[in-house]
Amino acid sequence: MTSIAGAVTEFRQLDLMATGDTTVHRLDAKAKVLVTLAFILAVVSLGKYELAALFPFFLYPAVVMALGNLPARYIARKVVVVLPFALLVGMFNPLFDQTVLVRLGPIGISGGWLSFASILVRAALTVGAALILVGITGFPAICQALDQLGMPRIFTVQLLFLYRYLFVLIEEGSRTARARELRAFGGAAGGGLGLRSYGSLLSHLLLRTWLRAERIHLAMLARGFSGEFHPRRTTRFGVREFLFLAGWSSLFLFFRLVNVSQLLGTIITGVSG
Amino acid sequence: MHMADALLSPAVGGTMWAVSAGTIIYCSRKLRKEMDGGKAPLMGVLGAFIFAAQMINFSIPATGSSGHLGGALLLAILLGPPAAFITIASVLVVQALFFADGGLLALGCNIFNLGFFPAFLAYPFIYKPLAGRAPGKGKIIAASLVAAVAGLQLGAFSVVLETVASGISSLPFATFVSLMQPIHLAIGLVEGLVTAAVVSFVYQARPEIIASVQEARPLARTPLRHVLAAFLALALLTGGFVSWFASKNPDGLEWAIAKVTGSEELAAAQDGVHARLAALQNSIAFLPDYTFKQSGQQPENRGRQESSLGTSVAGIAGGLLTLTIAFLFGVFLRKRGRAA
Repeated sequence: MTSIAGAVTEFRQLDLMATGDTTVHRLDAKAKVLVTLAFILAVVSLGKYELAALFPFFLYPAVVMALGNLPARYIARKVVVVLPFALLVGMFNPLFDQTVLVRLGPIGISGGWLSFASILVRAALTVGAALILVGITGFPAICQALDQLGMPRIFTVQLLFLYRYLFVLIEEGSRTARARELRAFGGAAGGGLGLRSYGSLLSHLLLRTWLRAERIHLAMLARGFSGEFHPRRTTRFGVREFLFLAGWSSLFLFFRLVNVSQLLGTIITGVSG
Repeated sequence: MHMADALLSPAVGGTMWAVSAGTIIYCSRKLRKEMDGGKAPLMGVLGAFIFAAQMINFSIPATGSSGHLGGALLLAILLGPPAAFITIASVLVVQALFFADGGLLALGCNIFNLGFFPAFLAYPFIYKPLAGRAPGKGKIIAASLVAAVAGLQLGAFSVVLETVASGISSLPFATFVSLMQPIHLAIGLVEGLVTAAVVSFVYQARPEIIASVQEARPLARTPLRHVLAAFLALALLTGGFVSWFASKNPDGLEWAIAKVTGSEELAAAQDGVHARLAALQNSIAFLPDYTFKQSGQQPENRGRQESSLGTSVAGIAGGLLTLTIAFLFGVFLRKRGRAA
């Protein structure tokens, strides 16, 4: 059951980062959500063979992680863990696309390898941006921001409820699962961890969950729940937020239109075109 | 099964965002009308339950592998389509943010692929008619299996379409389909069995839970032709989008060059930014011996797409430099932050 415990710890860690109190943490969540979206759009809108043009975008995660005091190693590890799907699909590019696009002396690099590398860099950038957003904002504040940006209230309440009971239920599930593993000797005696026990374990968990929902409902009624959740920190969209949003967005636009890597490379190597 | 940002083009990602956001708004309207106070906590807690359930595995005999519940069909059976869709969407939002499954742009695709098909097609048009009003165990198993397989096949097919339409992956349509569909047949069978096991148990323990969902049947009143018309419109929209991009955009690079002031144009010497930098460049160039002047040889078939040796070296050197600058920026800011 180390996997469940591990997942919970990872999850908590990211959640705890959001309690920090740095310049970027204090910004209004709307600005951070919008900057993240602008970042992702700029990155994915680059052509499939662009590789060098993607590198300048690493400036954003580097700066924000530093300002927000996020542990770079932790974020990098999480990014690597979720790469497999992109890796799996991208892997086929070198096989199917063998037209040579770039020549480095005697070595020809095919479009497939170029786009494969591009997919990996894109994946790292976009996944990293999402994790950083949570790390500097926190889930409830992101929900609040989306709510203010026009997300239906029912969906906001759903997200906040889900978030509130996530840890509770994962822990309950992991206790139940541990009990089942121990009784089945970890599946060593040839069974006990099959569908039969899984089905009834899940069903019991489900019924307990259902009863819990009914209790929560009664508690909500007793406390006069009005459909509003209150964030840890109240902020508003001020001058700082405007500057944060405008500054980063125009930088992303610049990176998107001008291949900064190429430009710098041309300057230092003295080669034009 | 989760679509990834890295494989998506903005056009496809944006379209699917719009589709999913539209469906969420539709479901919210629907729910606001029929919602009694108890449903909000129920949906929230069941979403959390799906997380917990996905972390527990069971062993599949004779294969050495293990499976777990996906949960979309189960939610549809327990909550009805609109509430199930909202709950699945919320689970995917948390997965995208905390576990970085897929990514934020791909969220639209993922909500549609994993939520729409089970909640709005597999459950009302396959599970419900097959299971009937008071199903026995056999009927539940059959209905769950067929519905889960159908839902997952459609979802997987949708992943293939989105990937191919985006054009970032070079995987041909036929190959990708023949990889995805069989894998998801297996996943669908597992999902169907688990769903059946849980649903039969709930039927025995608390039949009123499922009966109450079947009473309120908002979709049963929607005639099939409305659903088909909506689908046709969706297909035309997507088709229009895709073909528009496909015709103008045989590959991403060409499109990028033609549409936007691309990097290739900027690398050309007559460009304004470049001209002004040219003087500066001569004085700063710290790798001056790398004069890989363009020898005038144009690449055979790809025309301007093939970069010359000079530009590629410049690209690599510049790329490394930008990475270093980004890294140093980070280190510097961190140091300063500690000192302060």
